[in-house]
Amino acid sequence: MAGTETGSRAEADGLADVAAGLDALDTPVERGTPWWRRLLTRAVPPVVAVLAVLAVWQALWAAAIWPEFKLPAPAAVGEHVGDLVGDGEIWGVLWVSVHRAVLGFLTAVIIATPLGLLVARVPLLRNAVGPLITGLQSLPSVAWVPAAILWFGLTPATIYAVVLLGSVPSIMNGLMSGLDQVPPLLTRVGKAVGAGPLTSARLVSLPAALPGYLAGCKQGWAFSWRSLMAAELIANSPQLGVGLGQTLEQARAMNSMSGVIAAILLILLVGISIELLVFRPVERRVLRGRGLAGAV
Amino acid sequence: MTAVTDTTTSPQRADSPEREVAVRLRGVGRSFGAGPRSVVALDGVDLAVRAGEFVCLLGASGCGKSTLLNLVAGLDEPTAGSVDVSTGRPAVMFQEPGLMPWLSARRNVELPLRVAGLGRAARRAVAEELLDLVRLGGQGSRRPHQLSGGMRQRVALARALACTRTGATGLPLLLMDEPFGALDAITRDILQAELLRVWRATGAAVVFVTHDVREAVRLAERVVLLSSRPGRVVREWTLRSSGGDGGAALGPTGVAEAEVTEEITTALREVISSHGRH
Repeated sequence: MAGTETGSRAEADGLADVAAGLDALDTPVERGTPWWRRLLTRAVPPVVAVLAVLAVWQALWAAAIWPEFKLPAPAAVGEHVGDLVGDGEIWGVLWVSVHRAVLGFLTAVIIATPLGLLVARVPLLRNAVGPLITGLQSLPSVAWVPAAILWFGLTPATIYAVVLLGSVPSIMNGLMSGLDQVPPLLTRVGKAVGAGPLTSARLVSLPAALPGYLAGCKQGWAFSWRSLMAAELIANSPQLGVGLGQTLEQARAMNSMSGVIAAILLILLVGISIELLVFRPVERRVLRGRGLAGAV
Repeated sequence: MTAVTDTTTSPQRADSPEREVAVRLRGVGRSFGAGPRSVVALDGVDLAVRAGEFVCLLGASGCGKSTLLNLVAGLDEPTAGSVDVSTGRPAVMFQEPGLMPWLSARRNVELPLRVAGLGRAARRAVAEELLDLVRLGGQGSRRPHQLSGGMRQRVALARALACTRTGATGLPLLLMDEPFGALDAITRDILQAELLRVWRATGAAVVFVTHDVREAVRLAERVVLLSSRPGRVVREWTLRSSGGDGGAALGPTGVAEAEVTEEITTALREVISSHGRH
């Protein structure tokens, strides 16, 4: 009996060694790329693409196929932007638009999150309004502008109404599809460890739905920004202030093509900057923490 | 030590008084759906698992093994009969680890304790102890995607065991639904040995569902063969008897083990082929 005892002790030690060896062999290796290589593979291609677009633009302008008032030189547009920055006008314009978009977006998040949860979790509501919410996403938010003007007149309320109507459905949709995609096994595990419906939502379903929710928020931001520009373009009034949309409309009224292109570029720049500086890092962090960063 | 007793004729054996009964099923039935299209998954299942006993439920697919386990786990309700579990919250393990990908290994193990409302320090202490038990001490801060398949399943085992530490008194009960089915042969072999070690260390009663006869013979004290559609207990084999001392089980010798494997495989084949004949 004593012999078996020591035998099984030795066996147990051997087992530990084999298990440790297996762990070492099977553990996924994390490949780290140096920062400069990441910079090279990520930052350089878009810069090259932008330069290529500029080159084509410059060539088209030099060929003089279209008159100057239809296609200005890249330099002329650059000068226009430079003027806006130079006299400090741009900061006021950016402030008006960006603070509206951010405020509208945050309000949309506050409204859409509980609504999305409610619709996702109540089957009757889900069947009733689920398709409607998905459908609303394909309605261009410009379509709301005339209605909003009739409801609220030429006031900031009109602009916020359009922004909310544009972004609330996409945030709700993101949250709902995020909850739909929670693996059933995780919900079962939640039940098996003794979590009731509320605890399970807090500790399992909501964290599991976070990537979908974030994707919805990202899209919600894009919709906010687009809706805001649509509203600003159409709703022109002194009491609404001068945002990027109004700047664009004014440039059109003055037949300034370089002004129009400068405004379009600024609108694009703001949209891309928020995406790159706010949403991309958050999304990356969340996905990387779950081993899903390969795609981003 | 290597006696093989066919207990089909004496099911009362399980009621031997020296070990407390952890799980008792009486005439358990479970059917899904209603009317002529309903499916009977389990029918008239009587089963008792004593505290500290290792029981393998063996059967082909469709024998209601998983359904039976869900009933014991409290994840499902029987449509007939009764399920009595005298232990605290059972520990449940599935074929996939089902770890929360946003939580580190340690925080995954802490999950049942968090649900039960334990304090941070207490949770951490229990989680560290259980990770040590499954030989993952020092790996607690890693996320599931940074671990191998075998390591993930061990984290899942530690998390399941954490369910038995949620303050409720009583003997631990571990319910496992083909937990090693998705692993490669080498890892499975190691994890089977690890499970036996953990079983001896914790004194838990284990109900282990599998369709692998070798696995059942290697692990179990008692193998219970279930028929398919509806699932019924066909036969039982007592392979090892650790009696009251709860952990000195010795495996059968090579010859006996091969014999039993052969015998159980034959019985399993008979059960399966009876379905082709109608």
